[in-house]
Amino acid sequence: MKKKNENSRPRRFEKWVVKGSAALDRHLMRELEAGVGEKPFESERIVRREEHREEMRARAWLNERLIYIKLHERMRTKGERRIHAVYMLLATFAVILIIGALLYTVSQMPPSGSPDAPAFNTVAERYIENGLEETGAVNIVAGMILDYRAFDTLGESNVLFLAICSVLLLLRVKLDRKGGVVEGPPGSGEDDLRYEPQDDMILQNLADVLVPFILLLGLYIVFNGHLSPGGGFSGGAVMGAGLILYVNAHGYSGTRRFRLFSYGMFRWATFAALAFYAMSKCYSFFTGANHLKSIVGTGTAGSIFSAGLILPLNICVGFVVAFTMYGFYTLFRKGDF
Amino acid sequence: MDILSITLLIFILVSALAVSFTKNLLSSIIIFMLQSLAMSVIWMLLESPDLAITEAAVGAGVTSLLFFVALKKIHGMDAAGGAEGVKHEEKE
Repeated sequence: MKKKNENSRPRRFEKWVVKGSAALDRHLMRELEAGVGEKPFESERIVRREEHREEMRARAWLNERLIYIKLHERMRTKGERRIHAVYMLLATFAVILIIGALLYTVSQMPPSGSPDAPAFNTVAERYIENGLEETGAVNIVAGMILDYRAFDTLGESNVLFLAICSVLLLLRVKLDRKGGVVEGPPGSGEDDLRYEPQDDMILQNLADVLVPFILLLGLYIVFNGHLSPGGGFSGGAVMGAGLILYVNAHGYSGTRRFRLFSYGMFRWATFAALAFYAMSKCYSFFTGANHLKSIVGTGTAGSIFSAGLILPLNICVGFVVAFTMYGFYTLFRKGDF
Repeated sequence: MDILSITLLIFILVSALAVSFTKNLLSSIIIFMLQSLAMSVIWMLLESPDLAITEAAVGAGVTSLLFFVALKKIHGMDAAGGAEGVKHEEKE
């Protein structure tokens, strides 16, 4: 079988090296035989000759290796340099292109708030005019994202869920109740618990004062999402930040006292919230598409129990987001809840 | 009101450049946090309080916290810079 790259540069080089080493061997033999012509059978001389030959062989072999390494390095650095230059050129070009495209787009945009902008079409008009009547939500944004566009929000919640699933797959370390590692890569778990704050007075007292208010604010943003700015996502993120502050101040032994912060609880809460969201939206899409009357009314606009499904959906999204934020933090820190 | 938003926009530009040019990773994360905070005030000025709350909670809060944790995981916080921290770890 004839190789395709018979005449390529490395192959020719290899041939040249092999030919060279054969010539070196012949030269060695001639030199050795010429030097020890008189008494070839004397044992001492034979041993010396063998040693000499071995030494020369080793030196030749070393030389050969050296040439190989040098050539490889030269080729690699040269190739790398070329690839780096091409990469820099392409990166600069791409960045200039993107900056140009963005600046051009911005220069073509209508002035902010102008009435003949393409964003003011019939869809936005309908949302603004009929939103309060159809969804019952005073906060038009909540009416849009959790009623007209509820399917998008379900997708967003699922993105978060998938993200925490992959973090669980990659970073989970099983711990027992005292915090020892049950299952996981060697050295995991201890690494971070070593850095855990030990009774930091300032942080603990500050957290004791702040955490209830932060959690209350988060709950308010979630429960009042259909009446005032906010909603499930932002309220959940606020609650998650409060939980993270509490964990930082009091350590994991502080949160482990509540049964709320366990792996099983996390699983069930996330599953229940997402499943309830999907089921209720299925129901409302079904009744909406078939012109049936939904059993969930819109209520009087402005009261807390109004706006139909928006309040329970906000609570679902809030729980998913809060658990996900807390889960991200604790999985990154020590690999378990 | 215009002066405030222009100041905040310039602050965002400066901090966005500073994030990428700062050698110390810890300060770079803190500058990133400040940039998010200024962005949330800008959302407020643009009359979208929903986005302002989300930006403050996610951008300035949780994302930066996750960055801190990741930096701790790779021992970038031990010494002043990242590389020194790694060296220190190898010695042990």
